[in-house]
This record gives sequence, C-alpha cells and structure tokens, in this order.
Amino acid sequence: MNSERRGPGFYVLTAFFVLFVLFLYGPMTTIFILSFQGPNGGLTFPMNGVSLRWFENLLFEQQAVGDFGGAFARSLMLGVMTMLTTVVVSLLAGLAFRRRFLGSGPLFYLTIASLIVPSILISLGIGLAFNVFGLETAWYSSGFGAHLTWTLPFGLLIMFAVFNRFNPAYEEAARDLGATPWQTFAHVVLPIILPSLVGVGLFGFTLSYDEFARSLMTAGTFNTLPLEIYGMTTNVTTPVLYALGTVTTVFSMAVILIALAVIAVLRKRRARRLAG
Amino acid sequence: MTLSRIAPYLQATPLTAILAAFLVLPIATIVMVSFWDYDSIQIFPAFVFTNYEESLTSPVTWSTYLNTLKYTVIVWAVTLVIGFWVAYYLAFHIRSATMQMVLFLVCTIPFLTSNIIRMISWIPFLGRNGLLNQTLMHLGIIDQPLEFLLFSDFAVVLAMVHLYTLFMVTPIFNTLMRIDRALIEAARDAGANGLQILTNVIIPLAKPGIAIGSIFVVTLVMGDFITVRFMSGGQSASVGLMMANQIALLQYPAAAANAVILLVLVLLMVGAILRIVNIRKEL
Repeated sequence: MNSERRGPGFYVLTAFFVLFVLFLYGPMTTIFILSFQGPNGGLTFPMNGVSLRWFENLLFEQQAVGDFGGAFARSLMLGVMTMLTTVVVSLLAGLAFRRRFLGSGPLFYLTIASLIVPSILISLGIGLAFNVFGLETAWYSSGFGAHLTWTLPFGLLIMFAVFNRFNPAYEEAARDLGATPWQTFAHVVLPIILPSLVGVGLFGFTLSYDEFARSLMTAGTFNTLPLEIYGMTTNVTTPVLYALGTVTTVFSMAVILIALAVIAVLRKRRARRLAG
Repeated sequence: MTLSRIAPYLQATPLTAILAAFLVLPIATIVMVSFWDYDSIQIFPAFVFTNYEESLTSPVTWSTYLNTLKYTVIVWAVTLVIGFWVAYYLAFHIRSATMQMVLFLVCTIPFLTSNIIRMISWIPFLGRNGLLNQTLMHLGIIDQPLEFLLFSDFAVVLAMVHLYTLFMVTPIFNTLMRIDRALIEAARDAGANGLQILTNVIIPLAKPGIAIGSIFVVTLVMGDFITVRFMSGGQSASVGLMMANQIALLQYPAAAANAVILLVLVLLMVGAILRIVNIRKEL
C-alpha cells in the first residue's frame, strides 16, 4: 500500500472520495447561495437578484412564528451546560474504568444502551417520567438530562480511546518522584489528555446544540433552536429559512474551528514544553 | 489505601446517577405506561394489554414496521459500501498522517451541523424546479421534471445516507488504522493479490468497525422519524413517525407500547450483530 507507484485503484477511489465530499457539501452549498436570494426571490433557483434581505428579516424583524433569539440563547446555554457536564462526567468515568470495579460491566453496557436506544424513545420516556412524577419539563432540567444521555456515551468512548493509548509509565515516573495521586493527575495526566478533553467538549456542545429528537418532548414550554428551525420549516415559505440554515451552520463551523484551534495550540504548547 | 479502593466507585457515580435518572427510569416509565389506559382527554393507571393488542393486530402497524425495516436494510447496505470505501481510501491510500486527519475532518464537519438544516438543503436541489431537474432538462435528458426525486422513498433513503454514512466511516476508519501494515506486506510477500489481501486480511480485521458502524446505522434508521416525515412529505411511515404522531395526539400509552416493541426489535438486531463480533474486546 505504501509502494511508490499509484495503481489505477488509487485514482478510482480518489474520484469516489471526491464525489462523496461533493455529496456531503453540495446541498449545503445550494442553501448557502440561496440564502442571498433577492427580496422577491423564492425557495428555488433561479436567483432573483442578490441581497441580505433574508438575513435582515431573520435577525432584526419579528417573525410570524416563534422567537429565534430566545431559542438561540437557550440552545447556547444548554449546549454549554451539556459540554461542561459531559467533560467532567466522562473524565471521571474514564478514570474509573481504568481500574476494575464491581459493576463496571453493567455500567459499560448501560452507557452503550444510552447510545443505541432510539432518540424518540428517550424523549418520550423522560417526558412521561416527568409527567408521572408531576414535574414540569423544561429545557434546563428534562432537556438537559435528555441531551446528556446522547453526549455522555460519546464522551466515555473517546476517554476509552484516550486511556487505551495512555502510557502508564508517565504516572509511575511521577509517583517514583514522590508526587501524590492528585499531583500526578494535575501535572501529568491532565496536561497530556487536555486536547482530547477539548474534543469531548466540542462533541458535547455540537451534539446538544443540534439535537432535535431528544428535545422534542423534554424542552417544555420554550423552544430550543432545532425545535424552532423545525417549526419554521413547516410554516415558513421564504428564503429566511435558508438564511437561518446558513447562520446556524456558520455558527457550528465557527465553534468547531475554535475547538480545533484550541486543540492545536495545546498540542504545540505540550510539544514545546517537552522539547524545552 | 482505602481511598484508592473506593476511588473508581466515586468516579463512576455521576455517570451512573445520570443514566439511572434519564435512561433507566424513563424506560421503566415507558414500560409501565404502555399498560396504562387512555381516553381522548387523559391517561390513567391501569393494567391492560389493549395498547399492545391494538398495535400488533393492526395491519397499519405491520406495514409500518416492514417499511421501517426496508429503509434500514437499504440504508445499511448503501452506507456500508460507501463508508467502507471512504474509510479504506483514507486509511490505505492517503500516505501522510496530516492529510489523513484533514480529509477525515472534511468528512466529519457536516455531521456536526443540524440534521434538519441538512435535510432542507436537499429541497432546492431535488425539488420539482430544483437544480437537478433543471440541469437534466437543459441537457435534454428529460423533458418533464422527475417527480420521484423529492417527497418519496428515494428522497428518504438519500437523506438518511447523507446523514448517517459518517457513523459507518468513523468506526471502520478506526479499525483500519489499527491494522498492522506488516500483515499486508506479509500477505503480499506470500503472493496474495490486491483482491485477496482485501478479502482475506483487511475485511476480516475490519469486522469490529463494520459491526459498530452497523449498530449505529441500524438503530438510527429504526428510530428515525424526522427524516421520514420531511423527505417523504408525509407519504411514508416509519415506527418512529408513528410514535411521534401518537405523541402529538397525546395517545401516550399507545406510543409507549410501540416504543417497547421498537426497543425490543432494536435490541434483538444489536444482539444479532454482537453475536457475530465481540466489540468489548476491541475497545
């Protein structure tokens, strides 16, 4: 496979891969272009002029349905809450799973179950449970819990991958030098796994920020952004829908790029510290 | 010393507590409510089997389950083929680790944005006056817009492939990256050709990744309701959509009974996949 000459297979697969990427990005590009549709333009091509009309409409004008700003703020808050909780809880659980403990098998399968139980079931179950216990559903309580059932398994699986590649010799060295368990963790383990923790956080945030099915019955009175988008798709027939798509996608991309930049900086700093 | 003995328990407590409260308890509630009774106004505690009876004896339910299984099989097959070759290309044909990571991220990024946005982005492309129809008409290949492109089973499968292929690429890519390259050299030295290496070395070693990807895709498609609602334009049904409709009509016990049936079905399918491959061993 690492032979110098490229066989015909390489070119066939390259073409296949390019097509796959076009397939992934193509439709998103069309709504990106269409969101700049002129004031009298419709939901499809051709473009009827170019304008920022629909962005203005989305960001500065009262919508016929819903409340975009409020939904965005709620999704942002929920995303941050989910992100922080996911990082802390998966890190702790990841540390726990490095050793044998009673019930580790069932807990592992429970976490996997959380991943494979269909989202609508989680949504229905949490909604019903709150109902049965006479509690009010809200995005920050039932919605928060519903999102955690989706982000924690991913977080834990990433932690497994991290600790499987983690060389325990570093910890032994720290211990031999007289470090306490806490010092070993804070000065040795944590700096090494920090980039992965940023990755866990990124996953937690974006999974929560975009989650629709698990929010459906658990968000309570006030919509989160995906619920808001869903409402708009069934009511709105202007390109403002595409402007919304463009804005939220650009926001997601920005979050991803910031997280990747943080990871890159952390890696570089670690490399520099190891060199120096 | 005792602290280090109880440490794992303390560390595992938050995860356990969250899963108990938001996974175990809700599923127990679903099972309980699936035996409850309801009328047009409210649901009330009871122990009746009517929800299951009504669901299992209705031909609509059966055709809905069949339709869901049809989507599952088609989407699984398509995502497996695409996912395997994409992962294979990234793992074996891209030589620098940096380039591998960059191309992998290129595939990953769309997955991190809203599913619903990605679904509506197909509309201007596939619609009656969409890009595809207009292009085909311009080229003179067709003279009437193709109607089957949007709001059809075709559109549902296309959107699901778009949404879920990455769940196949990632685990397969992971296992392919862990294959010792010396094994492939050895196979080649022993006289195996490319096809033999693929079928006798790479595919068997990629099985855990294929299994994990399959579990993801199968469970996602089985529970999907939003793609089906959007892309079929309300013309096709799936179990998830049936549940969502029952929820909207406040028929919670009926939805709960369907949820239990769906859960059992999904667990059976996952169990079948796990019988073929032991995933725990591979983590």
